[in-house]
Amino acid sequence: MSNPILETRNLTKIYGQNIIFKDINLKVNEGETIVIIGPSGTGKSTLLRCINLLTANEGGQVFLDGQEITAKNYNEDKVRQQIGMVFQNFLLFNHLTALDNVMIGLLKVKKMSKEQARQKAMEELKRVGLEDRASHYPGQLSGGQQQRVAIARALAMDPRVMLFDEPTSALDPELIGEVLGVMAQLARDHMTMLVVTHEMGFAREVADRIVFMEKGSIVEEGTPDELFYHPKNERTREFLWKITELYGKKEKEQSATA
Amino acid sequence: MFSTFFSYIIQGTAITIAVTLVALPFGLMLGLAMALIHTYGGNILNRIAAAFSLLLRGVPPIVLLFILYFMLSSKSFNLSPFWAGSFSLGIVSSAYQMEILRGALLAVGNGQMTAARAVGMSRVQAVQHIILPQALRLAIPPWSNEVSIVLKDSSLVYALGVPEILRRAQQLSATTQQPFLAYGTAALIYFVLVFATNRALDYLSERTKLPTHS
Repeated sequence: MSNPILETRNLTKIYGQNIIFKDINLKVNEGETIVIIGPSGTGKSTLLRCINLLTANEGGQVFLDGQEITAKNYNEDKVRQQIGMVFQNFLLFNHLTALDNVMIGLLKVKKMSKEQARQKAMEELKRVGLEDRASHYPGQLSGGQQQRVAIARALAMDPRVMLFDEPTSALDPELIGEVLGVMAQLARDHMTMLVVTHEMGFAREVADRIVFMEKGSIVEEGTPDELFYHPKNERTREFLWKITELYGKKEKEQSATA
Repeated sequence: MFSTFFSYIIQGTAITIAVTLVALPFGLMLGLAMALIHTYGGNILNRIAAAFSLLLRGVPPIVLLFILYFMLSSKSFNLSPFWAGSFSLGIVSSAYQMEILRGALLAVGNGQMTAARAVGMSRVQAVQHIILPQALRLAIPPWSNEVSIVLKDSSLVYALGVPEILRRAQQLSATTQQPFLAYGTAALIYFVLVFATNRALDYLSERTKLPTHS
């Protein structure tokens, strides 16, 4: 636990005149699940995109396994193979079946043989409980199933870290549970995860640490207990109070079904 | 007399089809390259592609055909009327095919590119394996329209002396004094060709449609 698997140092993102976030310092240890919470527009999603280099930063560094991946001439494609990402709107490849969605990275990026890739992809689909949907196209799957295929697609690359960008925000309430269930299982399997979400129940039960971000900086971070029951900062308290009020009802329904 | 009449014009049909089969794929390749440059190229390449499209689409095809024909059949290229005419027609069509493909590329959306990059694909891999297979599907219906246009516009090469359907119809009209029969036959052949092609492409579009419900 001495060396973090992922670390950002003074990471900064600016769009024109707008500072999206500034001087973000974040350490993620191997096997940890870190949940980032905070109001909309505080740069949480952009932070994830900066970490896997989908968006350029305006300052600071990102380290993966002690290597600076933001260094000039560092192979971006290699970085992204090691950092899996799950998006709010799933972004499955629409022209491919569930199985092919999971296979294509193995075939084209990892250059696996077709047989090996198929086997690996089926394992990953099994892991998210969708082996019986392997030959379905995204258009034939529910939102929850699509998101689970997207998780399998990212997992297939054997990433060091998984990034989740509001993975349940686009889902109907009754489909959220199945996706959170898969994520909770991953956390139990000690996958290193960085999750942006508004699902406070998930944060409380699954996170090792919660990071509260507002207006482009980290306001407070700590264990779920510390943040939910003994927040040091007034803003953290206000935000958590508001959001549990808002989502409280839905969570009760989920914990009943989970 | 009628059998020679028809066999003469049928030979022209073969040439019309040949002109189209050269012009269309050539225009598709050039149009696709330009569409990719316009969508994914840098600032400068992007403008060159935009200018290419604007210029070619802003001038009547027959005028371009003459200009390109005289360039391609000049000493430096020295192409026969058939090849010069077919390539010219392909270049004119490429601008329209470029716009069709550009629209399709944009319709696929940025998200697919982001997702492909997130898996570790390079931009080229993403375009090849993720973007193009989807864009080409979307492009079939508007492309089918462009195919009809190229088929019909292939009659323009008659002005360059290529003995295709219209050229032969004109000759027959002059020698037999039967303009209605000559041009009517030409019209009927064009119609059948366009109709059959559109039907075939409708079928292709239907076959490649992605399933949406189980």
